[in-house]
Amino acid sequence: MLLIYCPYCEEERSELEFRGAGDAHIARPDNIADITDEEFEEYFFLRQNPKGLIFERWRHIHGCGRFFNAARDTVSDRFYTTYKAGEPKPDVAAILNGERDKGAAR
Amino acid sequence: MADLATATRKAALTARGGFTDVILTPAPAASRLSLRAGTDALAGLSAALGVTLPSRPKTSASSGKRHALWLGPDEWLVIDESEADLMAASATSGTLHSAVDVSHRNVAVIVSGPGAEVAINSGCPQDLSLAIFPVGACSRTILGKVEIVLLRIAEDTFRVECWRSFSPYVFGMLSEGAADAGH
Repeated sequence: MLLIYCPYCEEERSELEFRGAGDAHIARPDNIADITDEEFEEYFFLRQNPKGLIFERWRHIHGCGRFFNAARDTVSDRFYTTYKAGEPKPDVAAILNGERDKGAAR
Repeated sequence: MADLATATRKAALTARGGFTDVILTPAPAASRLSLRAGTDALAGLSAALGVTLPSRPKTSASSGKRHALWLGPDEWLVIDESEADLMAASATSGTLHSAVDVSHRNVAVIVSGPGAEVAINSGCPQDLSLAIFPVGACSRTILGKVEIVLLRIAEDTFRVECWRSFSPYVFGMLSEGAADAGH
């Protein structure tokens, strides 16, 4: 069972209390009525589905009920970090370097 | 060769009887309020309700028979065991907030005894050790398939709040856990 750190409860909780909610940091276009169908498709439907680091929204639905963001590895399922909704996206290089340093220390 | 683990055979109705380490009691009726408010309304609401709304995760505050449980950064469950009118009390606060009377939505089970922790942990993934979940700690979490709100009212006593239609399931889960706690 995964333990996920909820930035609002300030504690690691079981994955059973959480629900995934798709990719994070997807900004809704301000001129939503003006954009073309292709642009709308790009914004609304198309996702990268990367192998490795991904930024996602998660919801602590059976806890504080809050949405937050997480940086997760899609291969190992490891959560690198979680942070409150609205906070800026963490630096990808810093996250991956931090992991490499940890690996080297081991 | 390694010894094979053998499970203890348990009769089908074991969980319907009494347990040695755990006592399950349906809690008496209480009035309950689902309260949501911003930080600027906290002082006014606390004064109106007569109990300080906690702002730290997993904490609760009590004043006599009234308890305020932190559920989220702007969400509380207020329980009054003397069935006082919480809606009227919150309405006098003069602050912007949302209050919903959920007195009859929830029912509670009091789980007490030395095996209470084990009984709840049979279906709940949270760490209930005293250091992590001290007396007065509260949390919304899950028990088996349903959502519950836990409140530790004494070292060996918990209040388990659940939605009323889920209560037979919750009581059954806790009974099974209580039967297992003795082993």
